[in-house]
Amino acid sequence: MSTSALYNDQGGAEAAVEAGQESTPTSSGTGAAFGLFSTDFKKNEDLKEMLESNKESLKLEAMKRIVGLIAKGKNSSELFPAVVKNVASKNIELKKLVYVYLVRYAEEQQDLALLSISTFQRALKDPNQFIRASALRVLSSIRVPIIVPIMMLAIKEAAADLSPYVRKTSAHAIQKLYSLDPDQKEQLIEVIEKLLKDKSTLVAGSVVMAFEEVCPDRIDLIHKNYRKLCNLLVDVEEWGQVVIISMLTRYARTQFTSPWTEGATFDENNEKTFYDSDSEEKKEQTEAKPYIMDPDHRLLLRNTKPLLQSRNTAVVMSVAQLYWHLAPKHEVNIVTKSLVRLLRSHREVQFIVLQNIATMSIQRKGMFEPFMKSFYVRSTDATHIKTLKLEILTNLANEANISTILREFQTYVKSQDKAFAAATIQAIGRCATNISEVTDTCLNGLVLLLSNRDETVVAESVVVIKKLLQTQPTQHSEIIKHMAKLFDNITVPMARASILWLMGEYCERVPKIAPDVLRKMAKTFTAEEDIVKLQIVNLAAKLYLTNSKQTKLLTQYILNLGKYDQNYDIRDRTRFIRQLIVPNEKSGALNKYARRILLAPKPAPVLESAFKDRDRFQLGTLSHSINSKATGYQELSDWPAVAPDQSVRNVEVIEPVKEWAPLVGKTKKSKSDDKFYSDDEEEKEEEGSASSGNEDSSSSSEESDSESEEESSEESEKTSTDSGKSSSGSENSSSESESEQKKKKKTKKAPQKKSKPTAADSDSDENGNGPVAQASSSSPESSSGSETDSEDDSDSDSLAAQKKKKSDAKSKPKVEVKSKKEVSLLDLDDFSPAPTNAPKSSFLSSSLLSDLEGLSLSNISSTMQVTTPSFGPVKTYELLHHMTGKGLSAKYHFPRQPCLYEPSMVAVQVILTNSSDHSLEEIHIGERSPAGLNIHCFNTIERLEPEASVTVSMGIDFSDSTQAANFQLCTKENQFSVSIQPAVGELLMPSTMTEQDFTKEQGKLLGMNETSATITMATANTSSQAISKQVLSVANVGVVSSSQNNFHRFAGRTVSSGALVLVSLELKESSSALLTINTEKSVMASMLLRDLKQALTQA
Amino acid sequence: MIHSLFLINHSGDIFLEKHWKSVISRSVCDYFFEAREKAVDPENVPPVLQTPHHYLISIYRGKLFFLSVIQTEVAPLFVIEFLHRVADTIQDYFGECSEGIIKDNIVTVYELLEEMLDNGFPLATESNVLKEMIRPPTILRSVVNTLTGSSNVGDTLPTGQLSNVPWRRAGVKYTNNEAYFDVIEEIDAILDKSGTTVFAEIQGVIEACVRLTGMPDLTLSFMNPRLLDDVSFHPCVRFKRWESERVLSFIPPDGNFTLMNYHVSSQNLVAIPVYVKQSISFFETGPCGRLDITIGPKQTMGKTVENMMVTIHMPKAVLNANLTATQGTYTYDLTTKVLVWDIGKLNPQKLPNLRGSLSTQLAISGNPRYIMTLKLSQLMLVDCLKVSRLDMYGEKYKPFKGVKYLTKAGKFQVRT
Repeated sequence: MSTSALYNDQGGAEAAVEAGQESTPTSSGTGAAFGLFSTDFKKNEDLKEMLESNKESLKLEAMKRIVGLIAKGKNSSELFPAVVKNVASKNIELKKLVYVYLVRYAEEQQDLALLSISTFQRALKDPNQFIRASALRVLSSIRVPIIVPIMMLAIKEAAADLSPYVRKTSAHAIQKLYSLDPDQKEQLIEVIEKLLKDKSTLVAGSVVMAFEEVCPDRIDLIHKNYRKLCNLLVDVEEWGQVVIISMLTRYARTQFTSPWTEGATFDENNEKTFYDSDSEEKKEQTEAKPYIMDPDHRLLLRNTKPLLQSRNTAVVMSVAQLYWHLAPKHEVNIVTKSLVRLLRSHREVQFIVLQNIATMSIQRKGMFEPFMKSFYVRSTDATHIKTLKLEILTNLANEANISTILREFQTYVKSQDKAFAAATIQAIGRCATNISEVTDTCLNGLVLLLSNRDETVVAESVVVIKKLLQTQPTQHSEIIKHMAKLFDNITVPMARASILWLMGEYCERVPKIAPDVLRKMAKTFTAEEDIVKLQIVNLAAKLYLTNSKQTKLLTQYILNLGKYDQNYDIRDRTRFIRQLIVPNEKSGALNKYARRILLAPKPAPVLESAFKDRDRFQLGTLSHSINSKATGYQELSDWPAVAPDQSVRNVEVIEPVKEWAPLVGKTKKSKSDDKFYSDDEEEKEEEGSASSGNEDSSSSSEESDSESEEESSEESEKTSTDSGKSSSGSENSSSESESEQKKKKKTKKAPQKKSKPTAADSDSDENGNGPVAQASSSSPESSSGSETDSEDDSDSDSLAAQKKKKSDAKSKPKVEVKSKKEVSLLDLDDFSPAPTNAPKSSFLSSSLLSDLEGLSLSNISSTMQVTTPSFGPVKTYELLHHMTGKGLSAKYHFPRQPCLYEPSMVAVQVILTNSSDHSLEEIHIGERSPAGLNIHCFNTIERLEPEASVTVSMGIDFSDSTQAANFQLCTKENQFSVSIQPAVGELLMPSTMTEQDFTKEQGKLLGMNETSATITMATANTSSQAISKQVLSVANVGVVSSSQNNFHRFAGRTVSSGALVLVSLELKESSSALLTINTEKSVMASMLLRDLKQALTQA
Repeated sequence: MIHSLFLINHSGDIFLEKHWKSVISRSVCDYFFEAREKAVDPENVPPVLQTPHHYLISIYRGKLFFLSVIQTEVAPLFVIEFLHRVADTIQDYFGECSEGIIKDNIVTVYELLEEMLDNGFPLATESNVLKEMIRPPTILRSVVNTLTGSSNVGDTLPTGQLSNVPWRRAGVKYTNNEAYFDVIEEIDAILDKSGTTVFAEIQGVIEACVRLTGMPDLTLSFMNPRLLDDVSFHPCVRFKRWESERVLSFIPPDGNFTLMNYHVSSQNLVAIPVYVKQSISFFETGPCGRLDITIGPKQTMGKTVENMMVTIHMPKAVLNANLTATQGTYTYDLTTKVLVWDIGKLNPQKLPNLRGSLSTQLAISGNPRYIMTLKLSQLMLVDCLKVSRLDMYGEKYKPFKGVKYLTKAGKFQVRT
């Protein structure tokens, strides 16, 4: 107080000086006076004066003090008129403070607050986005109902603002307006709908928050934005992530079918299953029809996974709950480590995380069992943390670890924290009932605790022993006797009551002791606690029934005492018992049953976790934490039995490109790919739609699709094994033969397809190739690509697997057409989908694909698409010479297709030839180095006949380095060390983009990321075709169409990390040229530069 | 979301309140005070409380309670994490987070709170962004401000808020460009009475102090990334590069920050650098007890153990301690019943020992229990994460780089 008085004094004096300068001596005097005798009221008076002065620094000083008052919770509302005048101040700091004041008091001074509105309206039009945003923030925070229309208008305008920051503010304003006037809901939903389409990461979190607050039930607004939100998620700020994840969890529970079906195969990357199914169990497999996850469902799971590494504990928790509620059971385990990590965080964080783990560990012991030791209690933990850890340890207890846990519990029982020691004893009791093996051990341990010096420990043990004995009363009369002996020393009422109850219940087992106990109790009856008295009455009644000879008088004495007890419960009980057990003329029929009533066998109490019913709440929520429904809690719905139409998530309409938004991919893409398709089309017509089969597999209607795949995989199996044997198995021939076969059956289909709207058609077809692969996180060879790639070999496995993959990617259709699958192939015509249906669904499925394509490159503009095709000759390298390989020779080449097994792998095809005179058996891959090398091996080849050869495909993850992959090629008898050294160009995959995108991306990769060299071109290489040919021969990149003749551009991505590699070649006069490579991978760039230089300078 | 925030000191006074929506009366805190009363120890106050109309979520830091009032369902961790972020920000701005500091800077704190939340939803929580909007006070600036009347409030929108790197402000300039990394590993362990390890693990953190001009793009690679079992990153770290190459690639925030937290895989047995021989007994007959502790080095790999300290929480009945230490000094706090023995450097030739008698309140009923906490530093273990190199892209100058390794005891306890 003294300091503030002093402070006032100074302020006042200053004001006085100031006023003095303005030559108003009278006020100067008063100012000083106020300073000297400052009271709360007068202090404000003095502030008012300062505010009315025209010196900025004084006003600022005054405002600071006023804000200080607000912060301390003191009322300063009477200064409102003085403060509001400064709302238009030029001084930003002053203005901010005024804003703070306004927001706080506007509700109380509505009329005066209106004076400031025009200032904000003006500021809303300010060229500076910061000022616009803060004006909107304050305007919407002023809780004055009269300005609702103004706010509405401002929000609408701001929602269309060019600055994402302003749009973010408008999303916040929506919630404020809604809470001020819920009648505006409809209009606000419109704004939310608009903002949901926003592609800025800045806006996403806020608008979803608004959605959750205003219209959480309007799930239909999310459909179209679902994929976008999933893809943006990683880049959204952390708070937004939490909100979006929790919203998407709810969304997913309404839109996808349950992944928790019994014996379902979820794992898309599980090659084993489809190999098996392809070879022998094909039939079975088709009948079993496994659950296949909707690609959108998978998308959500995949995109949230990296967030487990967030530093924000709330984000980690929300991902964990998402996995818990949405992921297939076997995938949930990945969240364990992250949750355990959170236990290192603050006390409060630990509390919440432990609560959630407690709920999880009831259902899924296995998840946390390996981390059991992380839940060991430290003596420094707070009590509620200790109790939770105990709870979890108890949940985790099983036959295998119970001895460790019990040993741990023993140390806890000794804890100084009595409440915790008591809880430990409870936990021991729970372990004893849950695990029958240790029941006796626990019971003995608890009996030992009865001689503990600590009162609470003993009392708790008695209570727990009582419960345990109830579960198996037969053989424990010894323990009961022991407890009877201890009885005199125990003072805790609950424990005394428990012992008495045990005596009564099992009085026939301790016939000598029980009456004696009753005798003692009769003496002390009046001094006991109520709960003990009740049990005394009980004991007396039971003894009276079983041993009335000895206890009749005692019982009557006790009943008499009870009759005049102060507590009416006890009086009541006594009266009831007396009527029940003592036969007299009034007692009636009930008397006969007294024994059966009092000594009825009682069910043993079930000791269960306090967290048992918590799983009714969504994990991580407030409701879960407090174990009751919080206001505004949104119930998590059950999985739908049948998934709603998944096509609703497709985005058909391409939004006009907004200034700030990244370009929308599809328009551009379809242009660049058009050629492709039309080739396809022509070819199809020429060959009598030979390739229609291929097309079908990717783009025909959903229903027919899955069938065609079924077939085609069967067929391909046949054809390709054939071709494999004939040692010249080419993809082309096999796919052609396959499609020919199909043609026979599908003639009806082809025309139907042609009748589709062409726009949709072309779109779907070209997208249909790569994207499917990505959707399923594998990369089947694209069918259209293979047409041009005539040298491609493929073996039965890969082809079949690829087909299988495709069908995997299409999860839903398969489930839906269950019944139809049994129909024989020949009947196909009959149940091909209705014509009206076909175009629509095919269109949708294709746009689904195009939406999914951005997945692996989520934070890169969706304009670019990795495509498969690449021309140019394929070089074959020697892997194993037949001399060193004792007859086995191997060659390999890079088929330049996305690898089937994992997107980060480079596909390698190996041709194994047996040049010896005896057959080779069990050809497989043995040890590999470096040890961490990720290779997808081919399946063991059981037998290779002399002179036969077989082509197998492998996937190798080179991690974007040219380090050789060393492994051993083994036969039954021998092992040969071989190595595959990739050329740098093979570590790329082509990427299609427009010229604009190319230059844009190039602009981002300057400086360190740019490598260039001037080269002298060989004369033969100056034509654009020749250049393309040379470049493509070196590197697996895509050609970017160029508007300038002297410019050639190529784009690709590295296979493992997906880093962009941009090659540009600028031709200058006299055959010199500037070769530039832009990529973040500088090592690769220099190697690539060297290779390209060599290729281009060579004739 | 977060409706209001109250800052409450140790003795239960509300000294700051901030409302982001309508004003909620202070009386709501009464429920909290009730729980606070019941818990005895402030650590034991449950973080989530339910009242008839509101939910109270609180954290306890630096002897202050940050109490937030919630009206509708929200993830409790969201609020807790945010409250800790507020405390971190205050600490970052003023050097410490205490009642006195907050009261002295109440206007700045209030303005910060105003910027950090809009309508209860976090708006700007990155320290770099906040510092551009509200400049932290320095002595120089406050002098200049009083002379020129200029303000602490930035007048432009921080660039970070809009750019792709929200954690870094634009236009950073330094004459000395430096990047320092501290690799700090903590041993968490529980030893039982006989000295066997019940539980031990190593947790690590990389604290960075980066003062570099412009927009540097750093790549930090490790010699033995395989050690890392579980990691969490500052948002600046590119997760994809980590996944594929096991390097940390990032555009750093300006100044001090925590780059990453990690857990060393648990297969490697954790070597405990010291052993403790202890015996403590209380005589049932008289009001006294005996204490004898010896500490010795174990598996230190030739490194010295420094800054060693043993903290013993005595049973409530222990009145005083009369001990002699062969090395270092000891203090016994009579009110908290905490015995602290500051040993300093561990000398392997002459093992430090503390022994003597304890005077107690009559004969103690119940077994004595105590906890030991050891702190060791400047110790490098074999399986420590090692940085192999730091590369910088995007800027031309040569920065000064440095890495420091440190191992210390984390939650290190000896049971009795």
